[in-house]
Amino acid sequence: MESIKDKVAIIGMGCTKFGENWDMSLTDMVVDAAYEAFEDAGIEPKDVQAAWLGTYMSGLSGQTLAKPLKLAYIPITRVENMCATGSDAIRNAAYAVAAGVCDIALALGVEKLKDNGYSGLPDTELMQGLNFSENTYRSRTFTAPGHFAMMATAYFNKYGLSPEEGKRALAMIEVKNHHNGSLHPKAHFQQEVTLETILNAPIIAWPLGLFDCCGVSDGAAAAIITRKDLAKDFRPDPVYIKALQIAVGPQEGYMSTEYDWTYVEETFRAGQVAYQEAGIKNPRQEISIAEVHDCFSITEMVIYEDLQFSSRGRAKDDIEAGFFNLDGALPVNTDGGLKCFGHPIGASGLRMMYEVYKQLQGKGGPRQIKNPTLGLTHNLGGTPGSATISVLIVGN
Amino acid sequence: MVGIQSFGAYVPFCRLSRSEIAQAWGGKSGGGEKAVANHDEDSVTMAVAAGMNCLNGVNPQSIDGLYFASTTFPYKEKQSAALLAAALDLRSDIFTADFSGSLRAGTSAIRSAIDAIKAGSAKKVMVIVSDLRTGYPNGTHEKDFGDGSASFILSSDDSLAVVEGSYNITNEINDVWRSDKDTFVQSWEDRFVREKGYLKVLSETVSDILKEYNMDAKDFNKVVFYAPNPKLLSAVARKLGFDPKIQVQDSLYDMVGNTGAALAPMLLCAALEKAEPEDRILFAGYGDGSEAFILKVTKQIREFKPNRSVQIQLSTKKMINYQKYLRWREIIPVQPPSRPPTERPSAVALWRDSKGGLGLYGVKCKNCGTAQYPAQRVCIKCHEKDQFEPYRFADKRGKLITFSHDNLAATTDLPVTVAVVDFDEGGRIMCDMTDKDSDEIKVGMPVEMTFRKVRYAGSIYDYWWKCVPVRI
Repeated sequence: MESIKDKVAIIGMGCTKFGENWDMSLTDMVVDAAYEAFEDAGIEPKDVQAAWLGTYMSGLSGQTLAKPLKLAYIPITRVENMCATGSDAIRNAAYAVAAGVCDIALALGVEKLKDNGYSGLPDTELMQGLNFSENTYRSRTFTAPGHFAMMATAYFNKYGLSPEEGKRALAMIEVKNHHNGSLHPKAHFQQEVTLETILNAPIIAWPLGLFDCCGVSDGAAAAIITRKDLAKDFRPDPVYIKALQIAVGPQEGYMSTEYDWTYVEETFRAGQVAYQEAGIKNPRQEISIAEVHDCFSITEMVIYEDLQFSSRGRAKDDIEAGFFNLDGALPVNTDGGLKCFGHPIGASGLRMMYEVYKQLQGKGGPRQIKNPTLGLTHNLGGTPGSATISVLIVGN
Repeated sequence: MVGIQSFGAYVPFCRLSRSEIAQAWGGKSGGGEKAVANHDEDSVTMAVAAGMNCLNGVNPQSIDGLYFASTTFPYKEKQSAALLAAALDLRSDIFTADFSGSLRAGTSAIRSAIDAIKAGSAKKVMVIVSDLRTGYPNGTHEKDFGDGSASFILSSDDSLAVVEGSYNITNEINDVWRSDKDTFVQSWEDRFVREKGYLKVLSETVSDILKEYNMDAKDFNKVVFYAPNPKLLSAVARKLGFDPKIQVQDSLYDMVGNTGAALAPMLLCAALEKAEPEDRILFAGYGDGSEAFILKVTKQIREFKPNRSVQIQLSTKKMINYQKYLRWREIIPVQPPSRPPTERPSAVALWRDSKGGLGLYGVKCKNCGTAQYPAQRVCIKCHEKDQFEPYRFADKRGKLITFSHDNLAATTDLPVTVAVVDFDEGGRIMCDMTDKDSDEIKVGMPVEMTFRKVRYAGSIYDYWWKCVPVRI
């Protein structure tokens, strides 16, 4: 089995402002993200030979991408893989380029969620079907915060943290993410928040409070992908793909008593194969920057351990030591993450790559970290016990 | 001789103090508290709870008939007994019927079960009675009414109490009623209801049965009567010559309230829990006439240990406030959650999933022994295909692995406690937790399963199971 390492490069990226984009339609966001990427790569829309559209619920088929951009008669595929949708669009585009069936591919993720009138994700029958497979119509009343909060309860219990101790560690993650988000003009939430504010916020799903949960945003992001040997024809500083991995769980954690709800097996597995593909032996030391799926604060905490940045049960020590801060040894979610940059489902994977790409090119502005060489993006679709995970690694 | 082989009652976990109601409206409280069905309970779910208590080691597959009595069925057209049979895991080649239309629907069902067994058309008939009636806010009924259920297995052998005689009177009267257009129970002027309804008809029935069987008040250790309130119970007892202190079964008014068709059957359960061999019990229901029974307790009663006695259920409870009660009964409209409207469940999917959803059947792998819910085609552990036997989780206990109190869920009562439960004998389920005190929920606590209403949409009630802290 061959590796994708150093076969494909990203030569252009674009990203809209994320947030409650009341005054922007899906078309507006697709056009803005795509044209920023075209300009960044120095190409024309007509140069795109194939495209992958990542959207969770904002449009069906490749036509959702062809119509706004007037992409004419090229192959376009809609990709959906829950929250890993955008990253899977990158993966598919990269594989096509690596296979030699096209030289320039577009991967674009978009989500228009704020037209629906609700502050959460619509609790659709489709989602229930995905979650309950055999018992489609006899559902629980769980929400996403409810699911992830159960991971916090189990984690606190296993490692002997009182709710106060556990919530404090989680709050420190969000202090960091809010600080980072305040430094990005395209982030949904751009204000600093104090530890006290976070700890005193209303409970959404015990033990998680308001600031432990990411919001729902509109947004779009795009990437132009080409072969490694063509990349420097477009720009001097392309970003090279080192690993593209997806791990999809069979929902074992909902049914098997072996799963204890303090980790996400799929993240661990995807990380392991991605490190192998990229030739990484010690991720804690070798990864320069990571954009991970902090849909909830506890998710980010557990990801530190699942991706082997921290050892099991020790994430709290690293959080308290500032290991993941902007000036730490392994900055995580330098753009504010899902929590502050926002989470338009299908666009999130591409937004993470946008930040890593800019950081590797030294264009991180006030968030720029020192001499990054390897960046990782991670998405978690579904819930603990039943997840779809992507881990992508890129480098310069 | 036909008799009662097993019994079990169900008293909802939630209680509302009558002084709470009085505080809201002014006026006298009447004292005590009433049992209140949770927002996810109805007459069907309470019936399943009583039925599970009653089965108590009896093989559900041995039941030949199920009679379900209530004046508050969830459906006007669609049999609730059939739904109960599926949830209780009874056979499909049995006679099921709903009894309704009167507060004596429960005693009528018992009478019919006795007749069926006597006639030889069934050996073992299960009767379940359950009621959840609503009185007008600020009315006497609101304070008086409670919710609950009771269940009996009647059989021709192994009886812990045999039926020595029965008698009934029918009587057309509008004393207490509810038309097809009413939500709340109606009644005529108190004095008419008392003099020409309850007191007259119940005492006539009792006098007649005593005459018929040549007995008098002294022959009975206990009398168990339906009564709208304790005052009328004392009045009828005195009129018939029974000693209210010694002979009359307490009406549970202070702790449960008037549970309609289920009241007399629930009181009979309470009386049987304290009965001794050779005791004679006079049992009577009332509503558009009356039915009375003479029961004689056998020595079998000593072998019988009730599965969760009325006494235990009375002492395990959670007080709720009046605002919750009004919301749960949909008496006052409240702002709906800011979520998309619930979509109607598919009748096809419900039908296909009946055993898994209503019966809480999963599977156990014949190859590796792993219990799993819901039923799978390929084993989660050993990946063998189609090597399973059906496995019921409804009657299994488990432990809480993790939980969250979710304030965001679209439901009538927040927070929803969501849970992961591992069964003591293997297998895991993810479900809501109900009948709980949020502050007392801890990882590792023992839980059991309870049948509940999970949603109502498009005129379809969707039932499934939730976990609940073990009620001891």
